[in-house]
Amino acid sequence: MNKVVANADEAVRDIPDNAVLMLGGFGLCGIPENCISALIKKGVKGLTCISNNAGVDDFGIGLMLKTRQVKKMISSYVGENAEFERQLLSGELEVDLVPQGTLAERIRAGGAGIPLFATPTGYGTEVAEGKEIREMHGKMYVMEEWLKADFAIVKAWKGDTLGNLIFKGTARNFNPMMATAGKITIAEVEELVEPGELDPNMIHTPGIFVQRIFKGENYEKRIEQRTVSK
Amino acid sequence: MPLDKFGIAKRIARELRDGFYVNLGIGIPTLVANYIPAGMDVILQSENGLLGMGPFPKESEVDPDLINAGKQTVTTLKGSSLFSSAESFAMIRGGHVDLTVLGAMEVADNGDIANWKIPGKMVKGMGGAMDLVAACDNIIVAMMQTNPKGESKLLSACTLPITGKACIQRVVTDLGYYEIKDGAFNLLEIAPGVTVDEIKAKTLGKLVVSEKLKTMEV
Repeated sequence: MNKVVANADEAVRDIPDNAVLMLGGFGLCGIPENCISALIKKGVKGLTCISNNAGVDDFGIGLMLKTRQVKKMISSYVGENAEFERQLLSGELEVDLVPQGTLAERIRAGGAGIPLFATPTGYGTEVAEGKEIREMHGKMYVMEEWLKADFAIVKAWKGDTLGNLIFKGTARNFNPMMATAGKITIAEVEELVEPGELDPNMIHTPGIFVQRIFKGENYEKRIEQRTVSK
Repeated sequence: MPLDKFGIAKRIARELRDGFYVNLGIGIPTLVANYIPAGMDVILQSENGLLGMGPFPKESEVDPDLINAGKQTVTTLKGSSLFSSAESFAMIRGGHVDLTVLGAMEVADNGDIANWKIPGKMVKGMGGAMDLVAACDNIIVAMMQTNPKGESKLLSACTLPITGKACIQRVVTDLGYYEIKDGAFNLLEIAPGVTVDEIKAKTLGKLVVSEKLKTMEV
C-alpha cells in the first residue's frame, strides 16, 4: 500500500473538469492551501465545491472564483467575499446555501452510508421548500439527503503514511467528515510521519478514509480577524 | 435613555446561570461574555468546534488554528475541548446548549425570526443560525428596537425570509425586555428613562404591557 504522493500537483493530477469537490476549513482556518494552489495551476473548470465558506477575495477558494473555475458552491456562509457576491448576484455562479449543521450532517451521512435523515433545522423556511416534511414525536422535521464528492480534500496537522490524521485546534471543523465522504480523499498535512509515531488513541481520522497523503509546504494560515488582548 | 449595545449585553448577562453552556452569536451577543458574573461558571460554545472559549490571545499567543465562529483569534481555557463541526451541531441540534443569544433583522410576535437574507441585496448565508434557532428552546434575541431607518424590528409578521418559525422566546432591545407569548410581545421591563409611548410607537407587532412592568436594572 502506498498512499504517499510527492506534492499537491501529484495529488490532484486526475481531478477532471466538472468534478464535485469537498474542501475542508472554516473561514481560512484549516483549508487545504497547497491543493487549492495546485487546482489553480492545473486550471480545471466547472467545479462544484462543497465547503463551509468560499474564502476571501484573495485567498482560499476565493482565488478559484477569480479564475472562474467554480460553477457551483455548496456552503453555509459566504459573507467575506465580494467577488463571490458579485458572481452570485449576476448569475455567473450557482450557489446552494445550506445551514451549517445540516451541511456538516449531510457530509457525515454521505461518508456513513445514510442517504436521508430528519432535522428540525430550516422547517418553515425557504430551505425546506421542495423537501419532504415529516412529523415525528410532535415536532416537524425536514428530510435532508447525504452529500458525497468525487474528491474530498482535507488539511490536517499530522498524518502518517497510512493516512491516519490528527487535526489541531479549530482547524478540525469540516475536515473529518469530508475525509469520509470522498470517493478519493486527499490529505495534506504539516507533518508526515511513519506508522507508529502517532498515538492510536489520538487519531481523529482513521487511515481507511484517506487514499492520498502528502506533506504540504509554505503554509500561510492567513488570519481573517486578528483580535488580541493586552 | 435607551440602552447602548453594552447595556443590552449586560441585561442579557443577568439571564445566565451557573453551569450554563451558552452559544453567543456575532455582534451584540458576543459582548455578553464580558458581563458573566464573577464566580459563575458559564462555558461558551463556538460552533466551529470549541467548547470553553477563552478571551482574545496576547499578541505573542495568536494561533491561526484557533478561531471562533466570527473568525476572530481566541484562546482555550483550562478544561476546554475541541471537536468537529458535526459534533458541534450535535451539541446544538441535540439540545445540549442551555442558552443561545443571537442578533436579528426582524422578529415577529409569533416568535418567527429573520436574520440571514435580504433578497436581491445581501446573500451572506445563514451559517449556523438556522440550526441554533431550530433546536434550542432557550433563545434570546439581542438587537436594536429599530433599524437604521428608524423602522420597528418588532413586527406582526417578518417581511424578510425567516430563519426559524415560532422559535424566539425573549427579546432584549435598547428600549425593553420582552417575552413572546400568546402572539404578542409582552413588555416586562423598560429601559431607564424610556416611556411606554415611545415603545408603542416603535413596535409594529402586537404589544402587551405587563401589569408588573418594571424599570430594567443594568
